[in-house]
Amino acid sequence: MNKTIITVVGKDTVGIIAKVCTYLAENNVNILDISQTIVQKYFNMMMIVDISQTTKAFEKMVDELTEIGTSLGVQIKCQREEIFDKMHRI
Amino acid sequence: MINISEVIETNKMIEQENLDVRTITMGINLLDCADSDLNRLCENIYRKITSLAKDLVKTGEDISKEYGIPIVNKRISITPISLVGGSACHTPDDYVKIALTLDRCAKELNVNFLGGYSAIVSKGMSRSDELLIRSIPEAMACTERICSSVNVGSTKTGINMDAVRLMGDIILETAEHTKEQDSLGCAKLVVLCNTPDDNPFMAGAFHGVSEEDAIINVGVSGPGVVKYALEQVRGESFEVLCETIKKTAFKITRVGQLVAQEASRRLNVPFGIIDLSLAPTPAVGDSVADILQEIGVERAGAPGTTAALALLNDQVKKGGVMASSYVGGLSGAFIPVSEDQGMIDAVLCGALSIEKLEAMTCVCSVGLDMIAIPGSTPSTTIAGIIADEAAIGMINQKTTAVRIIPVIGKEVGEIIELGGLLGRAPIMPVNTFGCASLVNRTGRIPAPIHSFKN
Repeated sequence: MNKTIITVVGKDTVGIIAKVCTYLAENNVNILDISQTIVQKYFNMMMIVDISQTTKAFEKMVDELTEIGTSLGVQIKCQREEIFDKMHRI
Repeated sequence: MINISEVIETNKMIEQENLDVRTITMGINLLDCADSDLNRLCENIYRKITSLAKDLVKTGEDISKEYGIPIVNKRISITPISLVGGSACHTPDDYVKIALTLDRCAKELNVNFLGGYSAIVSKGMSRSDELLIRSIPEAMACTERICSSVNVGSTKTGINMDAVRLMGDIILETAEHTKEQDSLGCAKLVVLCNTPDDNPFMAGAFHGVSEEDAIINVGVSGPGVVKYALEQVRGESFEVLCETIKKTAFKITRVGQLVAQEASRRLNVPFGIIDLSLAPTPAVGDSVADILQEIGVERAGAPGTTAALALLNDQVKKGGVMASSYVGGLSGAFIPVSEDQGMIDAVLCGALSIEKLEAMTCVCSVGLDMIAIPGSTPSTTIAGIIADEAAIGMINQKTTAVRIIPVIGKEVGEIIELGGLLGRAPIMPVNTFGCASLVNRTGRIPAPIHSFKN
């Protein structure tokens, strides 16, 4: 298992999750968990995904997800899970 | 499993509160490069640095992208050059040639600073130490990315006043050599007491002789994150205040630890230490002075500032120590003037003087840092300022330093622009009463006694 966190922040519009999920499916990335919330009127979505089956380079996935975000008018980030794990778990 | 609010918190720290890893610094031992032929020595140095650190910048950028955390600087520290160049250098100009080689390495590797153009002269100066020190003004003028440091004292040895006096002259000469750039050379030159062997921060970084062949040290930062956390507990007790700083420092440091371990693994170089520091930048919201204001002083420099800073420094260490497996370097809050907008504002409105800064250096890392003073300041006065700071370090068993910029041709009230992370500095007034008779005494101040603490 190689866990990665994908976050989407921005104005809510139709098809954000669909588009991100399609991209992940095309790249053989398995979604383990999805949650979302509204913070200060902004749509916040977080996915925990497993990238161990994908052949795509991590940096390339970061760039492509950023691009998808730009086309939807939201910010999409893709980060390795350890940064959150280290910061919030002893 | 990680939940969404934790993810949002981390990303908010990065995007809105300027959380970053300030530097990944690779320490490189150059002792095995020594040769009696200067050209061969330079060639050895060039080959060793460029082969060991060839992937440093790329690795830093990869880690930054994968974890989504900015890593601001990638740097190199090396064995103090006075130890490496001794048998090959017979004049200060010979040392300058090494400085040029180092600058070429730094530029080719695209690291923003390379530190270790240094001499450790806490008790006495060898011939090669003195030659290196005398080469500093020219070396700082003809290189771009080289940082120089001279350690003039320690708790164990006392203070080498001959070196202190010489450094007064050298700082002025360095200012004169770089006067077209507002004496920028002095921003890359620091005089220390009790300097650590594993400091990743410039200008004082060097790779001490107690270290192994190569090492990765990481400096964390995050004044903006602490400031934001304290905004949420305004008016609360000291207990709540301190707990908040500790928790925040823990989180910041954990990110540094992660980055350090990753960098160490990918570069196949052992992990040395995390330097737990609150290092400000000129960016608004990334200021240590702002934290002091949030703790409760109207401006940095007001009565209460030293207490607030002591508390801040101690809680950062308490929170950070548990977050990292090895802590070292300077570890504490930095209070540079030019690199901190809140400090600049405090000077401009008259709240902060050099004397108050000196008091503040007793309770935090590191010392009088990035302070511009009139270019007409006598070298003996500069030496007196260095001696005062070194005395604080020597007696209190802590690292202290002076990085002061006498700006040639400019006077109190003017502001100099140093650019980038070095920021801008208002020229501050210096006490005009002299200390030449003190500074001109020869020899050293003996090591202090470690009993009868008062």
